[in-house]
Amino acid sequence: MANVSAAPKTVHIVVREGWCKGCGICVALCPKEVLSLNASGKVAVVNPDRCTGCGRCEIHCPDFAIGIEVKE
Amino acid sequence: MLSQVESHLRSDRFPHIWCPGCGNGIVLAALVRAIEELGYDPDKTVVVSGIGCSSRAAGYLDFNTLHTTHGRALAFATGIKLARPELEVFVLMGDGDATAIGGNHFIHAARRNIDLTAIIFNNSIYGMTGGQYSPLTPPGKRATTAPYGNIERSFDIAELAKGAGATYVARATTYHATMLEKLIVAGARNKGFSVIEAITACPVGYGRRNKMGNGLQMLLWQKEHAVTVKQAEKMSPEELRDKIVIGELYKGEAPEYTAMYQQVIERAQKTTGQ
Repeated sequence: MANVSAAPKTVHIVVREGWCKGCGICVALCPKEVLSLNASGKVAVVNPDRCTGCGRCEIHCPDFAIGIEVKE
Repeated sequence: MLSQVESHLRSDRFPHIWCPGCGNGIVLAALVRAIEELGYDPDKTVVVSGIGCSSRAAGYLDFNTLHTTHGRALAFATGIKLARPELEVFVLMGDGDATAIGGNHFIHAARRNIDLTAIIFNNSIYGMTGGQYSPLTPPGKRATTAPYGNIERSFDIAELAKGAGATYVARATTYHATMLEKLIVAGARNKGFSVIEAITACPVGYGRRNKMGNGLQMLLWQKEHAVTVKQAEKMSPEELRDKIVIGELYKGEAPEYTAMYQQVIERAQKTTGQ
């Protein structure tokens, strides 16, 4: 594959805490341990640098509480 | 992207009513992404729903929406499509809404092959009314009305739809959310009656009573139990017994109802000289 290391991506994680019900689906499905639940049981971004922008959290969030925006 | 999805939501109605871990929101998000991908004009897109947890979905969407009576979503949608065939009509129903209370509407919409896209949220239970068993509760599973386990056999929605005449039949789970989105797109493009069954988790009304864990565990259960159409072809009926076959299950050809009806209108106008 060509250009594997080229074009670094900027990944922005948007969290809407007020809509989160703390089911933990995003935390469990994230392959890079980017997310965790905070003391109030809501989603928190703990390792933003590890995010690859795969979007598994967003498409599986039942509450529309997390979104990934990737800029190439 | 969440911002694109959000542009089609009535954000002032959020957070939604669904329980933590309920899969209905995953189905709703897949539908919005599908409509975005289809590029439909929101003003020409109609979402009709019946009654039940899943049918609350229509109220969260910023399209033309209609929240109707129990089991009658397809009847209302049939009226809309007949009156305004140029509109894109999606019908959201639960398993009980579609196949018990609305069972007759379901088979006849399929028989007519009317150009509607029906999405059935199958959570195997009546969630909103208190966890009663539905025609989709698998045999042996517990419900408030089956405390010793369900003694009835369940419907296979896909077979029912196919047998009744639907021309596009597909199934995905909320774990396979991207596949679900693609199947909704394909179903909407089919000029005829399309049925997409979405297997979704009800952790409170069904999962807890059947010791299936929380929403996350039920989502992972879907991952473990789903097999694609291609994989299923190589498996024996015995191996497939506790599996969910996902993907495009049937595609057929048949005259579409509103197109046939238009021909009747033209014939009648010719006869009466109008």
